[in-house]
Amino acid sequence: MNIEDTIPRKSPASASDPAASAAIDVAHLVKVYKATRAVDDVSFRIARGSITGLLGGNGAGKTTTIAMIMGLVLPTSGRIHVLGFPMPEESAEVLGRMNFESPYVDMPMRLTVRQNLTIFGRLYAVRNLADRIDRLVADLDLRDFIDRANGKLSAGQKTRVALAKALINEPELLLLDEPTASLDPDTADWVRQHLENYRKSHNATILLASHNMLEVERLCDRVIIMKRGKIEDDDSPDRIMARYNRDTLEEVFLDVARGRTRESAT
Amino acid sequence: MSEIAVHHGLSLNRINAMVLRYWYLLLSSWPRLLELVYWPALQIITWGFLQNYISQTSGFFAQAGGTLIGAVILWDILFRGQLGFSISFLEEMWARNLGNLMMSPLKPIEFLISLMIMSVIRLAIGVIPMTLLAFFFFGFNFYAIGLPLIAFFCNLIFTSWSVGIFASGLVLRNGLGAESIVWTLMFALMPLACIYYPVSVLPHWLQIVAWMLPPTYVFEGMRSLLIDHVFRVDLMVHALVINAVLLVASFSIFLALLRSAKRNGSLLGGGE
Repeated sequence: MNIEDTIPRKSPASASDPAASAAIDVAHLVKVYKATRAVDDVSFRIARGSITGLLGGNGAGKTTTIAMIMGLVLPTSGRIHVLGFPMPEESAEVLGRMNFESPYVDMPMRLTVRQNLTIFGRLYAVRNLADRIDRLVADLDLRDFIDRANGKLSAGQKTRVALAKALINEPELLLLDEPTASLDPDTADWVRQHLENYRKSHNATILLASHNMLEVERLCDRVIIMKRGKIEDDDSPDRIMARYNRDTLEEVFLDVARGRTRESAT
Repeated sequence: MSEIAVHHGLSLNRINAMVLRYWYLLLSSWPRLLELVYWPALQIITWGFLQNYISQTSGFFAQAGGTLIGAVILWDILFRGQLGFSISFLEEMWARNLGNLMMSPLKPIEFLISLMIMSVIRLAIGVIPMTLLAFFFFGFNFYAIGLPLIAFFCNLIFTSWSVGIFASGLVLRNGLGAESIVWTLMFALMPLACIYYPVSVLPHWLQIVAWMLPPTYVFEGMRSLLIDHVFRVDLMVHALVINAVLLVASFSIFLALLRSAKRNGSLLGGGE
């Protein structure tokens, strides 16, 4: 019995409220760690069904921003709405509808892949869990190591398992931190294809932080570039490249990282 | 603090999922399973022989048969109950899995309840063989204590959970650098809980402190039962009231430390 099942679900904020219609709505977000301003007055709104890339060098504030959206880190100030609900106040309303993958957390090493997926499936109250796991095993090609301990997998296999965990509840919102790190080019390409398909089939929203510019160019409708905790630029990949007069996002990234302005880049 | 969301009710499915996780973990390592039995067994054998020796040389201990062995077993319920709770929690820190759990629909109260259930399971694996050894080697039937044993057990396990919740909160907030707290905190109670000697042995001012600890009532109650053959219900009720206060306080502190960990970004790292 699930006592929670008897409690009526809350409605998000009014449909006329822009925060309710966006998958993620962040306003004036600030995070200060002692003397460091990790995120400095960041605002953006992400439409449902889109894929958005969060770019920036190390220490730009990408991971902290995603962690605040997930509720793992509390903001110093500012507000966050996820799927129409304020976070972290109403996180119980949305945590079951979102999921994430991050290099900062691991899947338990001593449990097998099947055991891990079973436990997370139960935590997310996935219906027909055995079928869902079978589907993920087929989609993400986990068959060869489904009954192997997670700690005995290669880095690429672990990434696929982490992705399977992130998709176990068929989330409406998927937050990914470096989703193809440590994957060989073939597997990375295959994962990207899978994410694109997932977005299309589920009309899911994906926010991903990445250092892989080709990945961002290929996957994302929109790119938010962060530097020293602030948003440096925010537009579609094509328009950003045009603005910097560059052919690739990698060149744009280098311009931003090395302090070259749009004007001087042109 | 509404992200803690106690008001949304509990999910038995999620609690079951977490217990299943720890059960899988327990079964995945036979050395760890063996360790659960190993230390209590060594403990009871050592103290059992000591009790035998003292009984032969002291008239008091010959009369008060089993007070030492009984105290050892009850102490192990207290200590291993807390370890069973805290080690399951540490497993999440060692595995860097806390982020996955904290971002899932699992609520802190459900997480803590699953740790409590696991502490009882781990305790049973360690302490039941211990009581059998006490019976077969030293003729001490722990279960002959009867119904008072339930009162002793409940009060000790409640205290062990309070200490476990508090220690886990400190590790959550400060990372694995604070892990030693888990292994040592209960020993701070040892001299004051008067496990092997009566409270009257302590200086008067220290007796006041000792009576603030629920285990003190349990060990006094055990001595009263084994030496005077009187079950002191009043002691158990006192212990229960203090335990209720401690459980509420430790849970509140855990939530405060969780919130502090979220403010400091500790949940992203989890290491030292």
